[in-house]
Amino acid sequence: MMRLVDGFRQPRAAKALAQRLAELGAALGERRVRLMEVCGSHTMAIARHGLRDLLPPNVTLVSGPGCPVCVTDPGYVDAALDLAERGARLATFGDMLRVPGSDRSLEQARADGASVRVFYSPAQVLEWAAAEPDQPWVVLAVGFETTAAPLAALALEIRRRGLSNVSLLTATKTVPPALDALVVDPALAIDGFLCPAHVSAIIGAEAYRPYAEEHGRACVVAGFEPLDILDGTVALLEQLLRGEPRVENRYDRVVKPEGNRTAQRAIARAFVPVDAPWRGLGVIPESGLALAPELADLDAAIRFERPVTAGRVNPACRCGDVLKGIIAPSGCALFGKPCTPDRPFGPCMVSSEGSCAAAWRYGRARATATTGRTE
Amino acid sequence: MCLAVPMTVVEITPDGGGVVELEGVRRSIRLDLLEAPGVGDIVIVHAGYAIETLDADEAEARMALFRQLAQTYERELGGPVDLVARPRGEGGG
Amino acid sequence: MSRITLAHGGGGRASRHLIEHEIAHRFAGGPLEGLPDAATLRAPCTGLVFSTDSFVVQPLEFPGGNIGHLAVHGTVNDVAVAGGRPLWLSLGLILEEGLPLEVLRRVLDAVAESARACDVQIVTGDTKVVPRGQCDGMYVNTAGVGAALPTLNLDRRTLAVGDRVLISGPLGDHGMAVMCAREGFELDAAPRSDTGPVHRLVMAAAAAGDGVRFMRDPTRGGLAAVLDEVVDGLAVGVRLDEERLPLSAPARAVAELLGVDLLHVACEGRVMAVCAPEIAPEVLHAWRALPEGHGAADIGEVVAEPAQVTMATLAGGRRIVDVPLGELLPRIC
Repeated sequence: MMRLVDGFRQPRAAKALAQRLAELGAALGERRVRLMEVCGSHTMAIARHGLRDLLPPNVTLVSGPGCPVCVTDPGYVDAALDLAERGARLATFGDMLRVPGSDRSLEQARADGASVRVFYSPAQVLEWAAAEPDQPWVVLAVGFETTAAPLAALALEIRRRGLSNVSLLTATKTVPPALDALVVDPALAIDGFLCPAHVSAIIGAEAYRPYAEEHGRACVVAGFEPLDILDGTVALLEQLLRGEPRVENRYDRVVKPEGNRTAQRAIARAFVPVDAPWRGLGVIPESGLALAPELADLDAAIRFERPVTAGRVNPACRCGDVLKGIIAPSGCALFGKPCTPDRPFGPCMVSSEGSCAAAWRYGRARATATTGRTE
Repeated sequence: MCLAVPMTVVEITPDGGGVVELEGVRRSIRLDLLEAPGVGDIVIVHAGYAIETLDADEAEARMALFRQLAQTYERELGGPVDLVARPRGEGGG
Repeated sequence: MSRITLAHGGGGRASRHLIEHEIAHRFAGGPLEGLPDAATLRAPCTGLVFSTDSFVVQPLEFPGGNIGHLAVHGTVNDVAVAGGRPLWLSLGLILEEGLPLEVLRRVLDAVAESARACDVQIVTGDTKVVPRGQCDGMYVNTAGVGAALPTLNLDRRTLAVGDRVLISGPLGDHGMAVMCAREGFELDAAPRSDTGPVHRLVMAAAAAGDGVRFMRDPTRGGLAAVLDEVVDGLAVGVRLDEERLPLSAPARAVAELLGVDLLHVACEGRVMAVCAPEIAPEVLHAWRALPEGHGAADIGEVVAEPAQVTMATLAGGRRIVDVPLGELLPRIC
């Protein structure tokens, strides 16, 4: 079954798609086009496969706020560390471990004795908590809809089993409100969106209709294999050439127009929308997910009486501008010197889906290149 | 974490869990987020949960389209396309 | 079940019994005969190559081998890629109280069989036992001495644009095998460790004549780490071709699932060589004629990009091959 992966990496087809992109770029003539991808998996795949090299010179693909770890306020890490200091066992995705809070990261706190355990699935916490019923466990619930659905299922299962020693500290967010904020910002001038693969599997392709019909942006839902991304970009350029922005679903082998209703129902049962702060974008109304009133006792911020408040961002850190697509990672003065994955100043350099991490891992030049640009 | 690679459901357990398989590697996952999962379904797994099924026919159709595209371009250009991709950096900002 | 006890490490009768019955008889007929404290050896050459390695792999046994195989191959290979013909090994064992004797026997059998296959002798050693909980079953150290081969003159500073980069077989099988065993993945066809000797591959390359610039076995950190060290500070770099990287299907599948890049994963029986383009086909041919080299491939070239390792991707783009901060998969060897 690797053929379902390999089939979307065929080198000859990639070359053909790159050729098609070159033709479309030429057809656009003098026009410069700005596309944005808003999915961490896309960010990483584009970097890992070197796909930007295949874009025509008049087409720019910027990374948007598609990484939920990257848009998390440092105050969230501070709150989590506070809970650990009060004796909670933190359970988290690996990605959050090295994200700097106002002072320290979870990893540093762990080295100092805090209890921090990494899961690959939040469902593992059910076993851990059952094995230590006297210990309070706190799940760091960070993610977009793709992760909100499993977290919803977890919350409902915690309730069903009557586990009293697990709570969730939520920083879960939804993507469409961020797109709402991005489309109304004239400085960004996005002509089209490469829409996420698996967020779309949950929310459905139809969710992007307003961005095409009311805001006139080309929208293509694409998978995250190289051929999917190249094909999605071809589709965006074709829409822009025809001047007919619409929502096109090129990942229809997984994404349905209406999305995954079962997952949506789980999210609706477990969570309610709340205003939420996004690093770089400010507070976006109704863009966060907090636990629903019936599950409020599972909210760690309530249980421990420790609300999440704004943290302190390093003033030199430009993750916010990177997340909005205003600058590329290399545009940040800290990029590479001193901010690297070994010594991250902000979440974009830490997360496995962060733009800066992708640029550093796959795209930087080690020696000074003849272009004179430090990448 | 299974990074959203398509896997086949080989077993369903009554507690809402299941076992998926890829190239002989088996993993236990949750199926709570699927309507009516069946053995033999191909699913996308994220954070230990199957979040959607993959339509194998659609996948085959699209892979075939890509193969055809490659052949068309190679025919038009008189041979395998050999682009020299010049590095452009991040291309953003 | 018989288990190792603290008495076995005490130097008294229990120790002697263990050494005579488990260790000496497996390595008899050489300097270990009579169990002297040190081995007196006559070197057949004027130059020596000397290397040591310690092994802390978890779990001790995995598909394709155990810590005993690693302990012999690891040091034999370090000596070989430094241009030495491996001759003698020391064997230092630190055993955890409670270790099943059966496990120790399997490990020692692996040491004996690997040493025989590599044509090296275990000539001296030491055994200690530490209390339960203090060394995770077993830690092993081997130190190895080899005769320096005059024909092999390896210097990474001789890399030239146009040189070819060769690898003797699929990448990352060892690391993935240990990972699967550790994580308890249920597998029909698990990746198998590639643990094995590389000295015949090294000698086959040497026989191809002048033009082998450099060789190294990619262990911890994988091929990426080795190439990064090779080009460090040089006026040239390496460009790999993703389409040509040899990867075994089981290792690929597990790597995709875990989001691991096989360029970062340890091998324990592979050699990377950089050769002048004229002799590369001959080296490949010689490697493919050996069982341990049948998956050998030409995977890239030396290019005029100072101190960089890059890769032409499947999609036709280009990316940097990075080296991760820490060990992706700890306790691999």
